[in-house]
Amino acid sequence: MTKTYYTADHEWVTITNNVATVGITDYAQNQLGDLVFVELPEIGRKVEKGETVVVVESVKAASDVYTPLSGEIIEVNNHLESDSSLVNQSAESDGWLWKMRLSDANECSELLSLASYKELI
Amino acid sequence: MADENLKRLPLESFHRESGAKFCSFAGWSMPISYPLGVLKEHLHVREHAGLFDISHMRLIEVKGEKATDFLNYALPLDATNLKNGNSQYNFLLNENAGIIDDLIATRLGEDRYMLAVNAGNAEKDYEILVQRNKDYNCQLTMLDAVFIALQGPESAAVCRDAGLDFVDNLLFMQGCEPKDNWFVTRSGYTGEDGFEFAVPASDAPALIEKLLSDSRVEWIGLGARDSLRLEAGLCLHGNDLNETISPFQAGLMWAIPKTIRESALFVGAKALNEQIAAGPTYKRVGLQVLGRQPLRADTKLYSKTTGEEVGYISSGGFGPFVNAPVAMGYVKAEYSALDTELVSSVRGKQFEIVVKRLPFAPQRYYKG
Repeated sequence: MTKTYYTADHEWVTITNNVATVGITDYAQNQLGDLVFVELPEIGRKVEKGETVVVVESVKAASDVYTPLSGEIIEVNNHLESDSSLVNQSAESDGWLWKMRLSDANECSELLSLASYKELI
Repeated sequence: MADENLKRLPLESFHRESGAKFCSFAGWSMPISYPLGVLKEHLHVREHAGLFDISHMRLIEVKGEKATDFLNYALPLDATNLKNGNSQYNFLLNENAGIIDDLIATRLGEDRYMLAVNAGNAEKDYEILVQRNKDYNCQLTMLDAVFIALQGPESAAVCRDAGLDFVDNLLFMQGCEPKDNWFVTRSGYTGEDGFEFAVPASDAPALIEKLLSDSRVEWIGLGARDSLRLEAGLCLHGNDLNETISPFQAGLMWAIPKTIRESALFVGAKALNEQIAAGPTYKRVGLQVLGRQPLRADTKLYSKTTGEEVGYISSGGFGPFVNAPVAMGYVKAEYSALDTELVSSVRGKQFEIVVKRLPFAPQRYYKG
């Protein structure tokens, strides 16, 4: 079963069978402006919820993207190396950032539903 | 950020209607970008014509029988030989030759000049000019005007088609007063051909609407303004220039003729000449960051060979036209030669930097 959640830091997480795909929301990309570079994590890296996993660079500044869940990075979106604008154009699908195998499925209970996220923005 | 304390542009409603995102800069609420976005706005200026609201910047009018003598003293400016209708990039220096502000001075008559100064320093500049005016008794007035800039290779054509033919009488760094209370110069801050218009607030809406009705023109925000000037190798006071940096260290001595420096009539002359005699300790350089990830202001720079700290980045970002990170900074004189290799470390990641010639994008001023 696939479920999509959100965070107060403007990330979305889609989970299928203990594997999560993470990206930033369309709202976030709009706030950041045009991205010129996305610094992706190493495959195999183990991350704890709340850690900075990706750094996105706009023309003017760098911004951290935090992982909403703990686990191991198993894939990154290599398209972003040559085209960081994918995140701006398609933040919630083709502009996904990384995939991870979750280490603690219970952490999902702290994530927001779409409705709750929409209330924030 | 106390939003209520920010100054508002006279044209703020135009920007809101155009979908601008706002930020705070130098105490003003400024449009940072429009729906086009920083990257496209930047490229639009290099390819067509971009319109900037620069009303946060201020104009100080200097009038009086002794106006020329006053400016020869208050600034390291050769006001005597500045012809009517000509502009000159210059500075307000303190006694240590530190740059209080960089500015553009335009002569508009025997005894009349206009100084265009930075928003964040305007009030300080004015007070200092008033102090220095004691023996000269000039009339100093900070004007209230809407100030807009049209920049890009199609600027002149846009102006012509808008009925502003007087622009054809101007070369780069020349100014005129084509109508009552209008002050126009052929200058800018992007490296491209362009014009800056200071007009009364009542004349502004019609002028803006006329220019924007031209399909070649787009609103451009502060984000692109910064990336444009950085690509063009132009300094930003507050980043690349400040009161602890002199025109000598900043590599801007071309703005102060040797004769003026030698006759030493201006405030800061003694200190400046002493620095020059002692030779440079630090120099401002262009910096190319290898790869695609930008390095930002205040990033420290180290020698690739010895690992010692040799300088810092004063302005850093991404240049959409050159499609690469661009930066400027200060390094010890012995590390300032072109192609010198430097390194830096940010968040545990190593970066390689090379000293490069400025500008990154060619300057395309209209000199006739």
